[in-house]
Amino acid sequence: MYILGIETSCDETSAAIIQDGTKILSNVIASQAEIHKRFGGVVPEVASRCHVESITLTIEEALQEADKTWDDISAIAVTYGPGLVGALLVGVAAAKAISFAKGIPLIGVHHIAGHIYANRLVEEMEFPLISLVVSGGHTELVYMKEHGHFEILGETRDDAAGEAYDKVARSLSLPYPGGPHIDRLAHEGEAQIKLPRSWLEPDSYDFSFSGLKSAVLNTLHNATQRGEEIKPADLAASFQESVVEVLIEKTIRAAKQYKAKQVLVAGGVAANKGLRTALEIRCEKEGIKLIVPPLILCTDNAAMIGAAGTILYEKGIFASLDLNGMPGLLLTE
Amino acid sequence: MRVLAIDTSNLVLSVAVMDETRVLGEWTSNQNKNHSITLMDGISMVLNQCKVEPEELDGIAVAKGPGSYTGVRIGVATAKSMAWALQVPVVGLSSLQAVAMNALGYSGGIVPLFDARRGQVYTGLYRSEQVVTVKNELPDRIMLLTDWLMEVKEAVGDESLLFMGEDLHIHQAVIQETLGNQAIFPAPTLYHPRAAQIGWLALQEFKQGKGTDAHELVPDYLQVAEAEAKWLAKQEK
Ligand SMILES: [Zn+2]
Repeated sequence: MYILGIETSCDETSAAIIQDGTKILSNVIASQAEIHKRFGGVVPEVASRCHVESITLTIEEALQEADKTWDDISAIAVTYGPGLVGALLVGVAAAKAISFAKGIPLIGVHHIAGHIYANRLVEEMEFPLISLVVSGGHTELVYMKEHGHFEILGETRDDAAGEAYDKVARSLSLPYPGGPHIDRLAHEGEAQIKLPRSWLEPDSYDFSFSGLKSAVLNTLHNATQRGEEIKPADLAASFQESVVEVLIEKTIRAAKQYKAKQVLVAGGVAANKGLRTALEIRCEKEGIKLIVPPLILCTDNAAMIGAAGTILYEKGIFASLDLNGMPGLLLTE
Repeated sequence: MRVLAIDTSNLVLSVAVMDETRVLGEWTSNQNKNHSITLMDGISMVLNQCKVEPEELDGIAVAKGPGSYTGVRIGVATAKSMAWALQVPVVGLSSLQAVAMNALGYSGGIVPLFDARRGQVYTGLYRSEQVVTVKNELPDRIMLLTDWLMEVKEAVGDESLLFMGEDLHIHQAVIQETLGNQAIFPAPTLYHPRAAQIGWLALQEFKQGKGTDAHELVPDYLQVAEAEAKWLAKQEK
């Protein structure tokens, strides 16, 4: 069974062909990162314009690379939220148009379900499991007792982890997108600057990163006033250590409480080497099975949408032609 | 040649199926519903009523702007995806020309316009040719209405000017004040775009082998994104 996945929720136009929910036949990603760089962030209108320019080409490439025709495709799975509404609408419009023109069933996929299901392209899921979702827009701990079931145990109360990374990067005058630069810099420095850890209430699985972000800014500010110099690498390392420590502690606690057979990491920040390495060490120590997708499947891509769409296909959950882009779509909807 | 035509570039949503000899079916709504939700059901309904299967279409026509950025994108993304999936040619046409087509046969200048905020309008000057088509005399643009009125008057002299468009009521007073009796305002039944007019224009293009490759079809926004404009202005400093 082959599913065509389509993803346009932010600044990547992507299409993929997935076999049986587990195997990637193609995963074409037209990234706009270079285009948005000069604006210092993703500009929604510019992103939407780029999507409409490259949407059919991207899908065509995905079919060709997989060596498949429309007759081979069982369903079209498209991200319909959350994300930038104008960007989502392009993918949704294209998916609906093709679904109607070729009589192929349509499936609406939640973007975060996609990120989580990127893991199934690496290794078969075993339930119950805990997934740590970390990206520019999300920081969530998700509990899954079976395929297609999502329960949010905790989420960020202010900034997403990726957002905090980008803001700290900006304060250190690192180029956009800042996350990878902090990660790289952190490895050159030492975490010797004291920064807070935000644990919130003892039993909470929620996160908060705005206090940490402010502490970083204050540290920089105070140092400038005193005429002291702070090594950016040390600050990056200290910041990263704080983020990673909180993420890992909460993930491990959830994994233990829910007797998880696996811990999955999902979202763009899963590409972070500091987080990966620390999680690997900790999970091994605790005897918990950890799955982290390769970098290309951590950032936005359509393969993960095809993988998540496969589950809906098997459950017979299809979308109709009035499917709309939903910028604030909830995972549990 | 059977053509599916759509327009979602402004508040009006219009879908038509037609060939060289007649309009098989057309549905137009001015209810400001979300085009993303309504368009595909509208296409499905019109095709159904005309008993035309998607694979029986020989071409797709779409209003490619100017208009609401999102509206234009929904139309263009839908049209190019359908055309590509069905392997038929597609044509994008001016949303302003579509409205001007409603004045086919009018002997003076035809001025369709859409409000573009801050005193600006999307507009152009069109002229009817042999009650078959309308041709662009002054190209589509976005500009201050007051400046546009001066320019268009200069172009046509004392000739009458027919103004049309759903947003006319916003600007009618200024137009009347500036042009007096030279400005003509027709019945409002001519204000909204009809997909059949786009389909008809597309058929002329297809006849000359002028269809676009689906991948190449892009909207015509008539202006760069705001962030882009700001960025460009900063580079000039
Ligand atoms: Zn994402």
